[in-house]
Formats: sequence, structure tokens, C-alpha cells
Amino acid sequence: MTGVRPILAVVIALAAVPLITDSNTVLNFLVVTLLIALAGQGWNVLGGYGGQYSFGHAAFFGTGAYVTAILQVRYNANAWVGFAAGIAGGAAVGAFIGALTFRVGLRGSYFALVTLAFAEVLRIIASVAPITGAGVGILVKLDLRAAALQFESRAMFYWFILALVAVALMIAHAIERSRFGTWLIAVRENEDAAKALGVNAPRVKLGAMVLSAAITAAAGCFYVQYFLFIDSGIAYGTRLSIEALLTPIIGGAGTVFGPLLGALVVQALGEGAKLIAGDAPGLNLIVYGAVLVLVIAFAPRGLIRLVDDANRWLSRSAKLESAHG
Amino acid sequence: MAEPLLSVDHVSCRFGGLLAVNSASLTVPAASITALIGPNGAGKTTLFAIISGFQRPSGGVVRYQGDTITGLPPHELAWRGIARTFQIVQLFAGLSVRENILVGAHLRHPKRSDALAAADIVGREVGLGAMLDRSADTLTVASRKRLELARALATEPKLLLLDEVLAGLNPAEIRDIAPIIRNLCARGISILMIEHVMQAVMSLSQHVFVLAEGCVIAEGTPTEVAANHEVVEAYLGHGAAKKLGGAHAH
Repeated sequence: MTGVRPILAVVIALAAVPLITDSNTVLNFLVVTLLIALAGQGWNVLGGYGGQYSFGHAAFFGTGAYVTAILQVRYNANAWVGFAAGIAGGAAVGAFIGALTFRVGLRGSYFALVTLAFAEVLRIIASVAPITGAGVGILVKLDLRAAALQFESRAMFYWFILALVAVALMIAHAIERSRFGTWLIAVRENEDAAKALGVNAPRVKLGAMVLSAAITAAAGCFYVQYFLFIDSGIAYGTRLSIEALLTPIIGGAGTVFGPLLGALVVQALGEGAKLIAGDAPGLNLIVYGAVLVLVIAFAPRGLIRLVDDANRWLSRSAKLESAHG
Repeated sequence: MAEPLLSVDHVSCRFGGLLAVNSASLTVPAASITALIGPNGAGKTTLFAIISGFQRPSGGVVRYQGDTITGLPPHELAWRGIARTFQIVQLFAGLSVRENILVGAHLRHPKRSDALAAADIVGREVGLGAMLDRSADTLTVASRKRLELARALATEPKLLLLDEVLAGLNPAEIRDIAPIIRNLCARGISILMIEHVMQAVMSLSQHVFVLAEGCVIAEGTPTEVAANHEVVEAYLGHGAAKKLGGAHAH
């Protein structure tokens, strides 16, 4: 269980990065890392704490991105309004999918397949529908004003996504200490036992799904504001679904910092591989696969618990040392 | 006699061609220990699943505190005060003993600090006070059964359904846990227990129902039931009562 203090410490440390360096490469790397960490934190709420493994979190990311983009480009809405509406839109899609799947009691791989199918259906619709720009996608006009949620300095973008990640970390923290979270974890551990103890499992799972979808949708909204472009492949593609589930699993599913740590590791290795091998297509997937195999083999509960175990081991050997000394 | 806390009225449950429970009726009076016994495959656990909302009956009515509760979901029944344990213990293996009990305690205590305090009290009450911080999957069978009981108790039930909570325990462990069950009854919690350990049934329960092949074939006080020749035959086979001699036959 993670307290507030470590969260504050990590967020403050990360917030100080732009004061040390103004390198665009570093900041861009960190912005993308935090973006994936945010999408992963969304997945973590449902998959990590609730044990419901979604393979289609792109459905929420993409909906957040498209709602933000469409409202600005087609309806001249303010970007902040679009951003909020994007989060709400993602949450609504989460509620819809959750209501359908949890009511009929879909669990495990069936749930995973249905979420994957929803994301794919949305991708196909977005690739042909006129309102999403069909195959061309949507370009958001460059308008570097805070009122338009675009910033001239990359540092501002960085702090903005860091703030979103901080909120997501606090949500995970709150889940660990609330009745809702206790019930959600109980459902993950043993759904029948949870029901017998008065847990309304379908409702708890639905709540987690909506929250999870909203967080991942926020990542999609940010994507549009940062890159000013979205198309069906980016929005609803399997790449995002995979990244959203891999980062928490690699970092530590069902932990506060798991998605952030996983995103850092995956991004660092991905960029490292690019430096060595050039920008070969599919390279990132090879890196993800290799990291996943290693993590499952050597740290099946995620890297963050490896850190915990190492700490415990170190303190134990330190104790032994002092006992002998 | 006052209205019973729970009454099961001609409940049946069919799985395809198998009639697991056949028009079974039983009642549980308030503040009592009632036992449900019967040979393997008699339908006891199915009947429990129906009472606790995990299984929808094909026919019949279950009443609790005067309300019809047939077909209500398990969590709704838990709110109303019906708690159950599982024959095969269903712990939250990845959580600590305290966290396991906490899940049940949260039902009546929304605030975490209240629920934690309640969980600790229940944990000590069933004799798990020293193990609250241990991971549930490190417990012995006897402690797992206690934890299963503690979790159900933490929901502060009026009616507790115990499905073979003594099975797999050695005589010493049974001696330890029996007074806990008796105490619960003294506190006003009504208990319906499925049990194979006859010694415990005899000493704990005030009333016994015997289920065989889905039907209630006998009921009465423990001594009445033990003397019933239909019951003896259900357990030991046809003609058994006669072979045992006149002592048991009526």
C-alpha cells in the first residue's frame, strides 16, 4: 500500500526536470512516457485492482481523442471544454461496454476478447465515418494559447500531463484505501466469495470500468492537444491497447506506481533500441515482447515488487551484517 | 410458536435431468442452531446455494423475516443479514487475514477505520488475533475455516449458513471451534449448518433436518433423528436398520 508522501515525492522530482534541462528530446520523451503511464494507469484501475483484463483500452483513448478533436474542429468548441467532454465520452463508452459485459457475467478471456472487439469495431467505424475524417484523420489548428490548451513551451505541456498523472496516482491511492477499492480487490481475488460478503460485483466492476475508461480517455484527449492530429489507427489501434496493459503488468499491476515505472522502462528500452537499430517498423513490439517475457519469468508480480523484494533483502542482509559485526 | 426467521417452502432445483432438490421444506427459528444433514449428493449444498442467492430454484419459495427472498442476488441477501461460508473455503488468497475480514466488515462500516476496527474484533473473536497480518494463503486448514467464518461474521448477519465448517478438522480443532459457534447462537445469530461430523451435530444443534436424494426425509431433535430408521437406511443402505436390530427400528 502506497502512502501520499511517496506520490508527492515522485511528482515533485518529475516536476523539477524542466528546471534542469530544456532539451526537447528529453522533455518529449518524458511527455510520451507520462502519456502512456496515464493510459496504463487507467487500465490498472480495472485490470490491476479489479482483475478484469481489457485488451481494448484503445476504445477509451480513441474516444477521448476524437471527442476532443471533433468538438474543436467541427463545432468550434473551446479546447478545455473539448478535453472535459472527451473524458466524459470515454467514460460513457466504458459504461456502455461494462453494462453489456458485466451484466451477462463475462469474465477472463471472454471479457478480454469482447473489449478487443469493441476497440476494433470503433477503429473500423472511425476509418470510414465522415465525422472522424475517415482515412485522413483530423488535424487540430495550431493555436498556441493556454485558452486553447496548447502551449508554446514543451515544459508547460510536460507539467500539464504530469498533473494529470498525479491525479491518476491519487485516484489509485484512494482506491487502495476506500471501501470501493476493497470491494474491487475482493472481486479480483474471488468473485463468489465477494458476493457472499455483500459485494455487488457487477456494479463494482462497472464503477471501475467507468473510472478506468475516464483516465485512459484523458490520455487520448492530451494526445490530440499535444500532436494536433488523430486518425483511426492511432486512436483505436491495438498498439495503444497493448501499451495500456503492458506498462502496468511490467511495472506491477494493482500498485500505485506500477504503470509509471512500466512506462518508463518500456519507453527507455524502446528509444534505446531505436538508437541502436534505427527506426525499424515493429521494433517497439519486439522490445515489449522481450521485456514482457523477462518480467514474467523473473518478476511475475511486476518490477515494482522486485524493488520491494530487493529492499527487504538488502535490509535483511544489513541486519545480519550488524548482528555479526 | 413465533414466525421462523427462515422458511424454505417446497423448493425444487433441477439441473437438466437431475432433480437435485425435490420439494424440500425446512424452517430455522430465531436464535437457534439448526443442522442439515444427509448422505453425499443429497442436495444440501444446492439448497444452501438457493437460500444464499447463488442458485435460482426451479420452484418453491424462500422466506426470510416474513419477506419472500427467492431469487434475490447474494449481495442483496448479505445486506439483509444472511451470510454463508463455502464448503471449499473461498479465501482472498492474495490478501492478509485482516484484509480478508475487512471485506466483510465494510458491508456495515463504510469508513475504513471503522471497518478495520470491526475486522480486528471479529478476528480475535474467532481466535485469529495473532495472525491478522499474515497472508491468507499461509494459513492451515483449521485457520482457513476460522477465517471463512470470521469474514461471514464481519457482515454482522442475523442468519449464518455454515457449509461443513468442521470438515477436515481434527477432534481437537473441532473442540476449539464448537464453543465459538455456540457463542454466536447465544448472541442471537441463528445458524443453519450442513455438517457431516455427527458428534458436533448432536451436541450443537437443537433441530435437525435430513435430506436424502433431494427430499427432506426426517426432522426432529438430534436424538429423534438418530433413532429414525429411514435416516439409518439413507446413510447405510436398504435393510440396514433391520440388521442393526430392534434398537433403532420403530
